[in-house]
Amino acid sequence: MSQPLLKLDQATIRFGGLTAVSKFNLEVQPCELIGLIGPNGAGKTTAFNMITGVYQPTDGHIHLNGRSIAGVKPHDLTRQGIARTFQNIRLFGSLSVIDNVRAAMQLHCKHGMRAALWRGAIFKSLEKKVEIQAMELLDIFSLGSVRDEEAKSLPYGDQRRLEIVRALATRPKLLLLDEPAAGMNPTEKEELMHLIRFIKDKFQIAVMLVEHDMTVVMGICERIAVLEYGIKIAEGSPQFIQRDPKVIAAYLGTETEKEEPANA
Amino acid sequence: MSSPLSPATPTCAGAKRWLIAGIILAVVVSQFSAQFNRYHLGILVDIGINIILAVSLNLINGHTGQFSLGHAGFMAVGGYTAAKISLVASPMLPPALQPVIFLVALLAGGGLSAMTGLAVGVPSLRLRGDYLAIVTLGFGEIIRVVVQNMESVGAASGLKGIPKYTSLGWTFALAAITIYFVTALVNSTYGRGFIAVSDDEVAASSMGINPVRYKVTAFVTGAFFAGIAGGLYAHHKQFLSPTGFDFLKSIDIVVMVILGGMGRTAGVVVAAILLTLLPEVLRQFSEYRMIIYSLLIIVLMMARPQGLFTWKRKKGGAA
Repeated sequence: MSQPLLKLDQATIRFGGLTAVSKFNLEVQPCELIGLIGPNGAGKTTAFNMITGVYQPTDGHIHLNGRSIAGVKPHDLTRQGIARTFQNIRLFGSLSVIDNVRAAMQLHCKHGMRAALWRGAIFKSLEKKVEIQAMELLDIFSLGSVRDEEAKSLPYGDQRRLEIVRALATRPKLLLLDEPAAGMNPTEKEELMHLIRFIKDKFQIAVMLVEHDMTVVMGICERIAVLEYGIKIAEGSPQFIQRDPKVIAAYLGTETEKEEPANA
Repeated sequence: MSSPLSPATPTCAGAKRWLIAGIILAVVVSQFSAQFNRYHLGILVDIGINIILAVSLNLINGHTGQFSLGHAGFMAVGGYTAAKISLVASPMLPPALQPVIFLVALLAGGGLSAMTGLAVGVPSLRLRGDYLAIVTLGFGEIIRVVVQNMESVGAASGLKGIPKYTSLGWTFALAAITIYFVTALVNSTYGRGFIAVSDDEVAASSMGINPVRYKVTAFVTGAFFAGIAGGLYAHHKQFLSPTGFDFLKSIDIVVMVILGGMGRTAGVVVAAILLTLLPEVLRQFSEYRMIIYSLLIIVLMMARPQGLFTWKRKKGGAA
């Protein structure tokens, strides 16, 4: 097997006495669609924050492309190929739709402060290029028509989509989606599933999603990891996960607990 | 007004032409300044200086969303530095070199102020909102107290006899440069980072934007232009005293930024003009002057809490 894109090796994070994620092992291959599920408070978002450098693991290691990401700041990790969306949408509300995308593209821009001040011919052609690339991305996700709207004035579904577009604008190798289906109706969820598959194929990137909605996760993920109380209790294909008694217990609770005294 | 007031499109076509036109206009008008009433001339220069202060603070408080109350402190650093340089240098050099001395003094004042901005900004920009406000407030007071006790710059009795170098031309040329600098900076793919940091720091950092870097850049740039404004002020009033740089001065500039609309350069320029003129116009009411001034600010704030020119940022991004 080729080198994994992302590798979590016994990654652990503790907040005081609480172990939020414990000895988490996971490998993500390039161009894979992987799901991370678990009941509320299982540590999914914390795991995301660890991968994106928002939190530093207390123990264990995380490797991106074989390189440790310990101590790397979130903005540098984005440079190395990790992009994310947020559970509660965090767009740049006062910027226009296209400027949200442009802001995310600046890390690949060679023209910085000096060019902006000088405004020479090179600056203008590079800015034009950025604008064209941003528009291409927006058009793919049919947001081109609202390019000049303020991001916060968009309808909810469009804001979610724009957040994904903005993450893609950083040209990631791994895209982390934190509950992308939250607050969506069944039709929107259906569209979202198409969209995620499309992103994976079109941009040839790995997508990892945290999601509560089982239809979405089971419908699109190639592999699923299940967290409960910060511990990985299962990993495998959707069919395998659906039948795993530990997973069923984690979600439905009582059943095994009731059975245990009877068996004893 | 001679400067690029209209919100620029993201590519900012012809922004440099606006700048050059602004500078030329300022210099030409300045040639006729002898024909102005001296009182009016003084107010015009005050307006120019306040535009520089407000527009540069707008980069920190408006575009980048930090809350600095230290602008008077930076102004003091620049003002005293520039004044001291021209006081020492002007008797030694021929009068023909006067513009050179002035330029060097202004740049040195701005430079030292920018360095102070860096020294204050690097440790304190980790703080957010109110905490940063308190730190910058403290910084401004420290500067004032230090100056008050420095015999070499006149201590509490003030620095007298500063040559009158500031003219309409210098002031408005520099105001045009400040406006150009801030708008050109913000209206670019690079500059969108300032607003991104202001809108959501966490999201910005996960989009590859280094928030600390942007905040420090804004802070240092703002401090530089505040220092320049201080230099102009020193060579305009010809007298500096530490009490002129207390935190009320910082508040005055903050009010201009808020009234103009955070992050709206055009609005901030208008607010700077308005709030400089207002106390002068109200002179006829003598003892009621400051009461009316305060009431008017309250009314303006209640009428347009989003700033005077908020509808400007609709198409193509921020002004």
